[in-house]
Amino acid sequence: MPAEFWYGVEVLLNGLMAGVMYSLVALGFVLIFKASGIFNYAQGVMALFAAQTLVGIQTGQIPFAHIINVVLGTDVHHFGWHVPALLGLVLALVVMIVFAILVEKLVLKHLVNQEPIILFMATIGLAYFMEGFGELMWGADVKRIEIGLPQGGNAWVEENTAFLGGEDFYGFYLDTLDIVATLIAVALVTSLVLFSQYTKTGRALRAVADDHQAALSVGISLRTIWVIVWSIAGFVALVAGVMWGAKSGVQFSLSLIALKALPVLMLGGFTSIPGAIIGGLIIGVGEKMFEFLIGAPFLGGATENWFAYMLALIFLIFRPQGLFGEKIIERV
Amino acid sequence: MKLKTLTAMTLVAAMAAPFAATPALADLVFPSLSYRTGPYAANGIPFADGYEDYFKLINARDGGIGGERIKVIECETGYNTEKGVECYESTKGQGALVYQPLSTGITYQLIPKSAADGIPLHTMGYGRTSAANGAVFNTVFNYPANYWNGASAVVNHLLDVNDGDIKGKTLALVYHNSAYGKEPIRTLEELSKKHGFKLTLLPVDHPGQEQKSQWLQIRREKPDFVTMWGWGVMNATAIQEAANIRYPMENFIGVWWSGSENDVRPVGDKADGYKAINFHGVGDDYPVYDDLEKYVYSKGDATGAGDQKGTVLYNRGMYAAMLAVEAAKNAQKIHDTAKITPAMMRDGMEALEITEGKMADLGLPNFGPSFSVSCANHGGPGLASVNQWDAKAGEWKEISSYSESDMDVIGALINADSTAFAKESGITPRECADDGVMASMSKDDIMSEIEAIKARLGELLKAAEAL
Repeated sequence: MPAEFWYGVEVLLNGLMAGVMYSLVALGFVLIFKASGIFNYAQGVMALFAAQTLVGIQTGQIPFAHIINVVLGTDVHHFGWHVPALLGLVLALVVMIVFAILVEKLVLKHLVNQEPIILFMATIGLAYFMEGFGELMWGADVKRIEIGLPQGGNAWVEENTAFLGGEDFYGFYLDTLDIVATLIAVALVTSLVLFSQYTKTGRALRAVADDHQAALSVGISLRTIWVIVWSIAGFVALVAGVMWGAKSGVQFSLSLIALKALPVLMLGGFTSIPGAIIGGLIIGVGEKMFEFLIGAPFLGGATENWFAYMLALIFLIFRPQGLFGEKIIERV
Repeated sequence: MKLKTLTAMTLVAAMAAPFAATPALADLVFPSLSYRTGPYAANGIPFADGYEDYFKLINARDGGIGGERIKVIECETGYNTEKGVECYESTKGQGALVYQPLSTGITYQLIPKSAADGIPLHTMGYGRTSAANGAVFNTVFNYPANYWNGASAVVNHLLDVNDGDIKGKTLALVYHNSAYGKEPIRTLEELSKKHGFKLTLLPVDHPGQEQKSQWLQIRREKPDFVTMWGWGVMNATAIQEAANIRYPMENFIGVWWSGSENDVRPVGDKADGYKAINFHGVGDDYPVYDDLEKYVYSKGDATGAGDQKGTVLYNRGMYAAMLAVEAAKNAQKIHDTAKITPAMMRDGMEALEITEGKMADLGLPNFGPSFSVSCANHGGPGLASVNQWDAKAGEWKEISSYSESDMDVIGALINADSTAFAKESGITPRECADDGVMASMSKDDIMSEIEAIKARLGELLKAAEAL
């Protein structure tokens, strides 16, 4: 086979890996939509806030240091300690759980039985608030995530595949970080599916998703369920924030990764956890292969963003609920 | 009743607050169109801090400019064009002397407004490149360097490190897929014809967090050099991807907007050796910092969190303020008044001359190039240096002195673009006594040019005599 063929295979493999990264973001949207019917506009900002919090805790940064210094006339920035990665992750998760409790108490509690559009608008407000709050708390500077994640092309894969395409082929390039992300995504989806299908809380989550009123009538606490689901979404946001933050540093643009999740959701459906993964893989492979075969050679490149949305729109024509979404039938 | 009175008083106070903040008429007003929020905040903050700190220094140390206090009005644009225009409109009536929009998009919108209002724009290293033609763009200045100078500086550096020959080599341009990112393409295309290298274009969509396709292409095609026109998260992602595919960092060189600490630090040790061109000094080893410490920092008066001292973008903001102050001094001298207007400020900018002696006096020796501005040349000579990131030391190092860009190529492009703009906009270019390109040259350069012409004339005379 010529080198060009193997490079095509390389693009396909990298598309799959990129798709997994998109799925990590899409998962958070699916979890909240599934359990409460809310399209959480703030999911991208949650990923940013979770990553900022992790780095802040790890590096011993004093939250709101700038405000403290201005008000008290001090010059304090750090506690002077460095927290190990695992403890940092646990503490960041605790912060995300506290965040979920506050969201329920201050926002969702007051909007029970409101139209979905009202809840959506509330999450837009939440996103803007979180953007500013995160910057006030941890600063706007670009931060580096240091939890020991491997980065760079995997030398073993490269060396052991170089023989495939002759002299012009340098072996498959696979980013080790993407491989790790794939393993984490598989573990995450498996545990979420098992949790949702086989635990009492998981079944309660599904009941709330089907019908708030009916769930309340059988004694399921809507408020508790919302705290649980926002906490899980916070955990997923932390994972996505760490993975994407490792690629390009923790900075405001991390919140824009939500844009990458939208076509995935349109394609995979808003209510299916496996759908988020399959949707991510299709989008990842589709956009990368299109760029490789058509975009770069004939259209001047940079086709990935619009192609992802085009692909999702084409799927929508045939399956408006997405590949794995639940078909909504409303009878008159 | 009491509550109502209190509410009414609060409302009145709140409504009066903006007027209270209006500077006294005698103040010299320098608006700062900053972005401390949004996707580019990490870059906007150091620039805004450096810009304001320098003005604070002038107020504290010199009592202002020519005895007039400086007032900085900060307005948040969020790097958003609409907000930038709003900021301009809301501050121009307060005596604004010069605007530094810090965004190419905002600059394009403000060019006609600036011409109509007679308030000068200074777009240092960004904006509309052909604004260097002062005959057409009366109120816009982009000294000391513009995007096309940057493109030429990249090629010049590649020539320098390849014994003057890059024929047959390949240069890949990784660029932000926007008006800003596309700016160098025309210049690089001309330079590729001139020097015989192949140019590959690799656009990256905003915001630039996903660049796998572009870097897989670079890995496949193995260009000899890669240059980057990026901003924000795109820069760090590109440098990370280059490190991932083990692209040699010394062959990767960014424009000055892709060469701050924010771009390399997230990548860690693997960013070591990455290069970027620049038009000013790096670090804090300049006497001006002693003054800043004495008059600003130690008084607890540093702008923002006070943690940006010596970073590339802080230095750039400080440099922009320094050039504004020098132009204001010029304007005061030309018009023999301390209370200058925007029109006078424009005149001061057009007559600006920066020499190494002046820079040393200001506490910034060897910080920036010597240059002069003129009626025809609002862009200066386009001198640029090359910086390289030393990851171990965690600092940028200057690895070349300021060198000239290819004004033969750039001058022609500037003339073509500005002439087209003048035609579209119905502008009749001013008559300028000076020649744009010659005005951008130092006295030594002009003398050596005259000597070269003399020598050539001698050769021609000899040839004629032989015939």
